[in-house]
Amino acid sequence: MMPAELFIPTDSPEAAAPMAEALTFRYDVDGENFTSAGQASVQVKKNLRQLGFDPETIRRVSIAMYEGEINMVIHAGGGTAEVTVEDGCIEIILSDTGPGIANIEQAMQEGFSTAPDNIRSLGFGAGMGLPNMKRYTDYMHIDSVVGEGTTITMKVNY
Amino acid sequence: MTINTIKDLLGAEVLCGSESLGKDVHSACGSDMMSDVLAYVKDQAVLLTGLVNAQVIRTAEMMDMLCIVFVRSKKPSQDMLDLAEESGIAVMTTPMRMYDACGTLYSNGLTGSGSTNG
Repeated sequence: MMPAELFIPTDSPEAAAPMAEALTFRYDVDGENFTSAGQASVQVKKNLRQLGFDPETIRRVSIAMYEGEINMVIHAGGGTAEVTVEDGCIEIILSDTGPGIANIEQAMQEGFSTAPDNIRSLGFGAGMGLPNMKRYTDYMHIDSVVGEGTTITMKVNY
Repeated sequence: MTINTIKDLLGAEVLCGSESLGKDVHSACGSDMMSDVLAYVKDQAVLLTGLVNAQVIRTAEMMDMLCIVFVRSKKPSQDMLDLAEESGIAVMTTPMRMYDACGTLYSNGLTGSGSTNG
C-alpha cells in the first residue's frame, strides 16, 4: 500500500521524511487562537486526499482529529498532533501538557463538559468531543495525568 | 434540489462559491452546535446555522458539505469566506430565521435524511 517514493506535500508543517513502512505528519496546535483551531485537521485531510484514501476514511480521521484539536485549544493551551499512515491503519496521537482529565469515564459521557460558557457560544463545549472521537475511530486510548497532561491515541482502520 | 434552488427558496444572497450553484444536494441539517453536526450528520450537503465563526467553515469542510446558509442575515468575515472558497464550499446568507429557513427547504423536498418521505 505505501511505496517509499510517496509524494510529500511541501505545505504541511514539519512533514517527516517517508520511511519504508510508515509516513508521519506532525503539527503544533496553537492554543492561543480559537479561530485557527482545526488547521492541522484540514491539512491532514488534504494530505490523505493526495494519498488517495477513500472519502469515508478521510472523514473519520479528520473529524476525530478536529475534535481533539478543538479540545486541546479549549482545555490545554494547545499541544502537538502526529498522524502516521501505517499499513492498514492511520494512527493519530494528540499530546498536550494541559490540566489532564480527572475522571475519564465521566469525560467520555455524551453531554458532560467542563468547557467554559464562552466556548458554547462558539459552537462547542456540548460534551461531544471525546464521544465523537471514539465514535469515528476503531481504537481510542486516553492516557492522562492531572496536572501533567493528556495523550490520546486513536486508530482508524482502512 | 440544486444549490441555486436553495438560494431562490430562501431569498438568499450568495457570498462565495457561485460556481457551485448548479450542484445537486439531497439533504440538509440546521444547528448552532458544531459538535452536534460532527456527531449526528451523515452525508448532509447543506448546513444552516446562526453561528458565525471560522469553525463553522471547518466543520462543514470536515463533513464534506457543499453549502453553508447563514440565517437571520448574518454575514461571515472575509477571512471565513476565503476559507470557504479554498474548500470549495458555497456560502450564502438569508434574512429568514432558522425555523423558517429549514421549514421552507423541508417542505420543498430537502429533508434531513435525503429521502423524500422524511
